[in-house]
Amino acid sequence: MSAFLALIRRDLRLTLRAPGEVLTLILFFVMIGVTVPFAIGPDKVLLARLAPGIVWIAALLSALLALDRLFRPDQEDGSLRALRHADISLEAVALAKLIAYWLTTAVPLMLATPLLAVMMNMDMALLGRSLVSLLVGTPGLAAFGTFGAALTVSLRHGGLIAPVLILPLSIPILIFGASAAAGGALASAGNAALLLLAGLSLAVTALSPFAIALALRLSED
Amino acid sequence: MESPLDTETAKKMTWFDRIAHPGQFLMWSRYVLLPLAVGSALLFVLGLWFAFFNSPPDYQMGDTVRIMYIHVPNAWLSQFVYALMAVSAIGTLVWRHPMADVSMKAAAPLGAAFTAMALFTGALWGRPTWGTFWEWDGRMTSTLILLLMYLGLIALWRAFDDQLRAAKIVAVLTLVGAINIPVIKFSVDWWNTLHQPASVFRADGPTMPPEILTPLLVMSLAFTFLFGVLHIVRMRTEIFRRRVKSLERKRALEGAKTS
Amino acid sequence: MSKSAPLPVRHLAVTDLTCLRGGTTIFANLGFSAEPGTVTLLRGPNGAGKTSLLLCLAGILRPEAGTIAWSGRDAEERPSTDMHLVGHQPALKGGLTAAENLQFWAEINSGDPNLIEGALDNAGLSHAAHLETRLLSAGQTRRLALARLLVARRPVWLLDEPTAALDSQGDKWVASLIEEQIGAGGLVIAATHLDLALKKSRSVRTLKLGPGK
Repeated sequence: MSAFLALIRRDLRLTLRAPGEVLTLILFFVMIGVTVPFAIGPDKVLLARLAPGIVWIAALLSALLALDRLFRPDQEDGSLRALRHADISLEAVALAKLIAYWLTTAVPLMLATPLLAVMMNMDMALLGRSLVSLLVGTPGLAAFGTFGAALTVSLRHGGLIAPVLILPLSIPILIFGASAAAGGALASAGNAALLLLAGLSLAVTALSPFAIALALRLSED
Repeated sequence: MESPLDTETAKKMTWFDRIAHPGQFLMWSRYVLLPLAVGSALLFVLGLWFAFFNSPPDYQMGDTVRIMYIHVPNAWLSQFVYALMAVSAIGTLVWRHPMADVSMKAAAPLGAAFTAMALFTGALWGRPTWGTFWEWDGRMTSTLILLLMYLGLIALWRAFDDQLRAAKIVAVLTLVGAINIPVIKFSVDWWNTLHQPASVFRADGPTMPPEILTPLLVMSLAFTFLFGVLHIVRMRTEIFRRRVKSLERKRALEGAKTS
Repeated sequence: MSKSAPLPVRHLAVTDLTCLRGGTTIFANLGFSAEPGTVTLLRGPNGAGKTSLLLCLAGILRPEAGTIAWSGRDAEERPSTDMHLVGHQPALKGGLTAAENLQFWAEINSGDPNLIEGALDNAGLSHAAHLETRLLSAGQTRRLALARLLVARRPVWLLDEPTAALDSQGDKWVASLIEEQIGAGGLVIAATHLDLALKKSRSVRTLKLGPGK
C-alpha cells in the first residue's frame, strides 16, 4: 500500500513543484466559458440553458489536453521501464497514475467550475448538480484518458492522437454527466442519469487498470 | 515471423495451419478471389433487379424507400466488420495467430467505408422523407460514433512505424471499443428518448413482407461477398507490403555489413 | 554499508533463446547459465543484442522462442521483484531532489529508506542530496541512477553500460559495487563494451554476442 501511495505522492509532488501545466489547464477551461458567449451571443437565458453542457464539454476537452503528461515523461526518462520491477503490479501502477491524474486535473477543474458557471449565467442552484456530476463522472473520464495515454505512449506525437481515440468512448459519460447536471424540465431524468453515471464511471475506473497495464506492456514488447 | 519464402514449415498442415501461414494464405486465396467476385457481381445484379423491379414502393415514402436496400446492408455490414475485427483482435492478443493482425488491419478501412455509406445513404433517404439530411436519432447517431471509432483505429495504425507492435496495441483498442459499443448504444438511445420524445420511423419495422425481405437479404449477401473480395485483396496486399519491407531491411543490413 | 540478511539465492538458466525486434532476428538459440555470486559480462558489437538480452531477462521484451528460468525463487513472488534493471535512461525525476528520488525508489521497490543516506554517500553524492536532480551533471546522474541499486537490496542486477558517462574513478566504483553484490551472493549480468576494473576470478564470466554464434 505504501508503495502505491508513494507513486501518487511522487506525481502530486512533481505537479505542485511545476504548477504551470495545471494553471494552463484551468486557464483553458475558463477560456471556454469566455469564448462561448462571444460565439453564440450574450443571451442570458440561452447561456443558462447551455451552461451545464458547456461545463461538461469544457471539462472533457481540458482533460484531453493534459493527457500527454501522464506517461510521456516517465517513458522518456526510463521511469516507466523501472516501474515494471516495482513491488506493485503494473495494474496498480496504472491505477495510481489514474488517481494522480484525476487529482491534478479534475479537482482543479471542479474548483474552477464556479467561475465558468458565473460567466455562463448558470442558475446557482444548478451549480451543485454540476459539481456533483463532475465529481462522479470525471474518474471515468480519467480512466479513459489514462487508457488513451497508455495506447500512445510509444508514439512520438501520441499526445495528438490520444484524444481522438477516446472521445467516442467518452460519449456515454458525457451524455449521463450533462444530463445529471441539467435542470429545468430534465431535472427528474437527472437523478436517473446520476445513477447511471455513477455505475458507468465506477465500472470503467475499476476495469481500466487492466487495459492500461496491457497497453503499457505491449508498448515495450 | 518465419522467413516469407520458407516452405519447410508446410510439413504437417492442418486446415488451421493452412490459413495461418501467410505464404499458404497467399496460395489458396488466389483461387477464392475470382469465384467470390463473380458471386458478388451476380448477387448485385439479382438484388438490384429485385430492388428496382420486383419490390413494392412504400405506401408512405414512395420509391425513395428503395435506398433502404443499400442503406440497411451497409449498416449491418458496418457492425459485422467490427465484430470481425474484434475476433481478429482476440486472435492477435490471445492466440497470436500470424494472420490475425493482417485481417484486422485490412478490415478497418472497409468497415469505415461501409459505415460512411450507411450514413450517406441514410442522409439521402432522410432528406425526401423527413426533410432533413441529418436527424439525431439513436440509430444514426450510434452509427456516426462507430465511424469515429473506425477512423480512430485507422489513425492509430498509421501513427506507428513498427506495424507489428501497432497490431497489438490497435487490438487492445479494438476490444475496448467492442466492449463499449453496447454502452454507447444504450446511452445514445437514452439520450435520444430524453430529448426527442417522438419516435422516429424505422425502416425495419414490425412487419417485413417477403417482397422486401428477399431483396434485402440478397443485397446483404451481395455486399458481404463484396467485403470478402476486398478483404482478401487487402490482406494479400498487406502481406506483399510486409515482404517488401523485410527485403528492404535485409538489403540495408547487408549494406551496413559490407561497408 | 551494513549488510543485514543475506540475499536470496537465484540461479539463471537460459535455453534456446531467440529474440526478434522489428522483424529481424537479433539473436537465436542462445543458451547460458549464471550462478549466484557471479557476474556475467555481455560483450559484443553494437546491435549484437546485449540490450535486447537484458530486456528479455528483465521480462520486458517477450522472446520469440526459448526459456528463461529463474530458480530458487518462491512461486508466489513475481520474478520482477527479484531484480534491478539499470539501463541507459536514469529513471530519475529532474524535479525531485537526489534524496527524494532515492526515497521514491526505496518505497516503491519495498527497500529500506534508512539505506538512502549510505547510498548517497557511497555514490559520492551526499553534498547533492537536497539539490534538484536536473542540476546534476551526466556523471552524477549516472551515479544516482546506480544508487537505486543500493536502497532496495535484490539478488539480481541487470546493468546496461553501467559505466557510461563515468570517469575512471567511476569505473572503479561500479566495479566495487558489483564485487560487493556478488560477494553477498547476488547475480549480476552487465552489458559493457569497456573493460570493467573487476578482479579476474572464477566469479567473472564473459558471454560474447554477435554474428557467427
